[in-house]
Amino acid sequence: MLILLGLVLGGVVLMASKKQLYQLEPALFFLFLLPTIVGDAGYFMPARLFFDNLGAILTYAVVGTLWNAFCTGFCLYTAKLLGVIDERVQADLMDFLLFGALISAVDPVAVLAVFEEVHVNDTLFIIVFGESLLNDAVTVVLYKVYISFVEVGAENVHTADYFKGVASFLIVSVGGTLVGLVFAIILGFITRFTKKVRIIEPLFVFLLVYLAYLTAELFSLSAILSMTFCGIGANKYVEANISQKSRTTVKYTMKTLASIAETIIFIFLGISAVDKSKWAWDTGLVSCTLVFIFVFRAVGVIGQTWVLNRVRLVPLEKIDQVVMSYGGLRGAVAFALVVLLDGERVKAKDYFVATTIVVVFFTVMFQGLTIKPLVKWLRVPRSTSRKLTINEEIHERAFDHILTAVEDIAGLQGYHHWRDKWEQFDKNYLSKLLLRKSVYRKSELWEAYQKINIRDAISVIDQGGNVLTSARLSLPSMASRASFPEVTNVTNYLRENGSGVCLDLQVIDNVPGAKVEEDTETHHVLAENLYKPRRRYQSHYSRHFMPLGEKERQDREVFQRNMRSRMENFKSTRYKHHKKERSLKKRRGSDTKDDGSDKPRRNVSSQDKDPMLVPVEPQVEKPLDPEKEEDVGITFVARKAETPKQRPKSVPAALDGCQSPSAVSPTLSSEASHLPWKGSVGLPPPCVSVEATKIIPVDLQQAWNQSISSLESISSPPAPAESVHPRVNALSRLGRSRPTSYTPPGSVVGSTSSIGAQVSQGFFHYPEKKKEEEEEEEGSTLQEMQPLMSSLWPPSSLPPLHPPASSGLGSGRTRKPCVYLRSLVIPPPPGGSEPHSRGPTQL
Amino acid sequence: MGSRASTLLREEEIEEIKKETGFSHSQITRLYSRFTSLDKGENGTLREDQVNFRGFMRTLAHFRPIEDNEKNKNPTASEPLNSRTNKLLFAFHLYDLDRDDKISRDELLQVLRMMVGVNISDEQLGSIADRTIQEADTNGDNSISFNEFIKVLEKVDVEQKMSIRFLH
Repeated sequence: MLILLGLVLGGVVLMASKKQLYQLEPALFFLFLLPTIVGDAGYFMPARLFFDNLGAILTYAVVGTLWNAFCTGFCLYTAKLLGVIDERVQADLMDFLLFGALISAVDPVAVLAVFEEVHVNDTLFIIVFGESLLNDAVTVVLYKVYISFVEVGAENVHTADYFKGVASFLIVSVGGTLVGLVFAIILGFITRFTKKVRIIEPLFVFLLVYLAYLTAELFSLSAILSMTFCGIGANKYVEANISQKSRTTVKYTMKTLASIAETIIFIFLGISAVDKSKWAWDTGLVSCTLVFIFVFRAVGVIGQTWVLNRVRLVPLEKIDQVVMSYGGLRGAVAFALVVLLDGERVKAKDYFVATTIVVVFFTVMFQGLTIKPLVKWLRVPRSTSRKLTINEEIHERAFDHILTAVEDIAGLQGYHHWRDKWEQFDKNYLSKLLLRKSVYRKSELWEAYQKINIRDAISVIDQGGNVLTSARLSLPSMASRASFPEVTNVTNYLRENGSGVCLDLQVIDNVPGAKVEEDTETHHVLAENLYKPRRRYQSHYSRHFMPLGEKERQDREVFQRNMRSRMENFKSTRYKHHKKERSLKKRRGSDTKDDGSDKPRRNVSSQDKDPMLVPVEPQVEKPLDPEKEEDVGITFVARKAETPKQRPKSVPAALDGCQSPSAVSPTLSSEASHLPWKGSVGLPPPCVSVEATKIIPVDLQQAWNQSISSLESISSPPAPAESVHPRVNALSRLGRSRPTSYTPPGSVVGSTSSIGAQVSQGFFHYPEKKKEEEEEEEGSTLQEMQPLMSSLWPPSSLPPLHPPASSGLGSGRTRKPCVYLRSLVIPPPPGGSEPHSRGPTQL
Repeated sequence: MGSRASTLLREEEIEEIKKETGFSHSQITRLYSRFTSLDKGENGTLREDQVNFRGFMRTLAHFRPIEDNEKNKNPTASEPLNSRTNKLLFAFHLYDLDRDDKISRDELLQVLRMMVGVNISDEQLGSIADRTIQEADTNGDNSISFNEFIKVLEKVDVEQKMSIRFLH
């Protein structure tokens, strides 16, 4: 662990320089390192849990620490008197009491560091941790009191001074709390107005929390208490007021700083331990101390628990008590305090230092390392990470109301009564003051609901769903989300809020693993199948310089791809999907001018595409290299042939038109490089990117790769029928080859847009086109389009499809599977009316 | 009031109540005085609903903290009134106004409306209600049965949240 590392480092440093260079300076510690950790702890403390158990926490903190301190001090003194401790240790009662005070405080740093690995249940954790925070007041008071006693000398202490000590305790603790709360109010108030200056919101948070610490320190009040309560108080209002990004910033920065501080502390501890000049060893003292603190902690815990259980609602079990007493770790605070001792006044300082080091090491390392197996062995109820559910929110609130009512009926002025009173006060005054108007109006229940909704929406998207169609229920709420102020980055918000209470310093996010797997898989699919993007147009037109290399590369690539797929095709016997590919030609009108005679047809596609196509199409283009693919089979190896998601996709005939021209004329191969819909290798640019690919399942994408040729020519382009026919064969041949190069991404893109836009249209006539191609390709078999077709059946747009399909069928050979398909989708007669129905789909 | 209380509440009745609800003697007496102070009409019942003292105690008994030693006494008898299941049943009945053992969407809406005040529109409330039912409903009948209710709240610390400390 860190302490070991510190030790090693210290040893290295020592050996290197024979002189101790670094040590844990108390000033550094108290001014910089401790506030970060405490600030982080206070800010993210679950307030409800804290206050529910406040009684227990206070008891342990105050009574427990006092008990520990006194007993340890007295017993050490007794041990000295008995001679167990060496004579060299020149300390008397006061010194021992002082030492007892500083060594008996449970340390928040150590507790956090250890308990975050051992996830015990929330109640237990909050009690131990709360105790470690709140006992700071006790420690500070005792320390100061004893220091002054020691300075004055044991003889001069009067009884009045004891009372003053008690009074100062009250002042210190209450004062510290008040300072913290004042700063919390200031912070809340400031954040109410920071709408225009979002960027410095985190700065305010950090500044004010730190200021709370410093102010309390300035007045000799309990700084830890002040910071803790500032954090707790401000958290509620600040979190509601500041923007999403600020929230994230604050959270991550605080956790990072706290981790850094913790690391530094432990390393320094290790280094300091090695420095022999600063401490002196006394076996008796050390061993006695160890024994005593352990014993007294256990006794104290048991005693207090027994008392507490008589008034608590949920009693603390024996197991809890064991963990609590075992988890009473001492840490850096004690060490810093002991180093702070004045060596002149306290003669035995060196011994104390040594003892403290040993104690700290022992508790943190030994107890810290063994607590995890202990927890497991004792079967302590662990904390379960709970997803926030709206049910729990509602019912918990209902319970609160119910209980308040019952308390009222029974005439008790119980906990809930006061809680309710506080909530009323808060709602009527504080929130009005500290919360932004827009936030104030919404109730907490609604906010919780929003969070859950967003979380679900994001998980739907992440898993490849479609938010609009699959989450119909939450549509109204999403529409009314306009009032929700700052959902700028939904993903962050979701991921951040999904995990509920989390006090760990290291744990920030739990990214679902499944999504990552799917990501990588899709990535691989894409990477394998996408072609490198071809230039759609020349970025700059130069008369004297003609870039030649590109086309060759592309062609070569296409060829390789085709070869590869051909091999795969022969190997695999799976059903291949044949689905039409969606062309993305919308804005390619001008670009297609290179394509020569087929231009007119291609142009068609551009206009009547859906608007949705535009954003999607740019980068993902279907690979299309007719001239190379004479006999390559048109097979799309379906990766996941099991469950093609049925999504009706509207594929205007024009799409195919775009494709077919290229297929049609092999002579146009030279223009292939300029074909707009060439596929692109590698990941499509972010805009299309992962979301798009995820939305369309891989198999479906593949299925969608449809050779244009067959489709378009058959789907009765405006061109005269006779022109279609001669081309059909050529088309079929070419078109067949095309599909091989079609990559899932190509169809993905198309599908994406189509899915996004047209949910209901199912122009699905492509499978038939394949039939022509099959005549030459043995391996290809039509995927059972039955499920697909049936899903498309409902869309009323099917009938128009029939004309195109039928022509294709008529001209092509028929295969067994084709018959099936044909029966479902009647191909249109050549030169059918269908294109007209879909707009200007001239080929 | 003290003398009135003692005349109206006989010893054997206290014993019965004690056995049924598990309250202690002093608690029962104290609650009885509270009951009578609430019972303005002095006719032995609260309001027109005729909640008598027994019913009063029975309801309050749901909110006693859970105790371990109850289990040892008589495992064959029905669960004590303040067991977790009974607490949940009590809450369930609060939602289920028409007592058909299901929380329908409308009932949920009513409760929600009572809880959130005026700042939320009906439509938003409706979506919350829908979501709640969606989360809890496992058998698809668009309402929450008692078992589904229990299942949804299995992670909630009901023992603590539905308990009141009755002073001795």
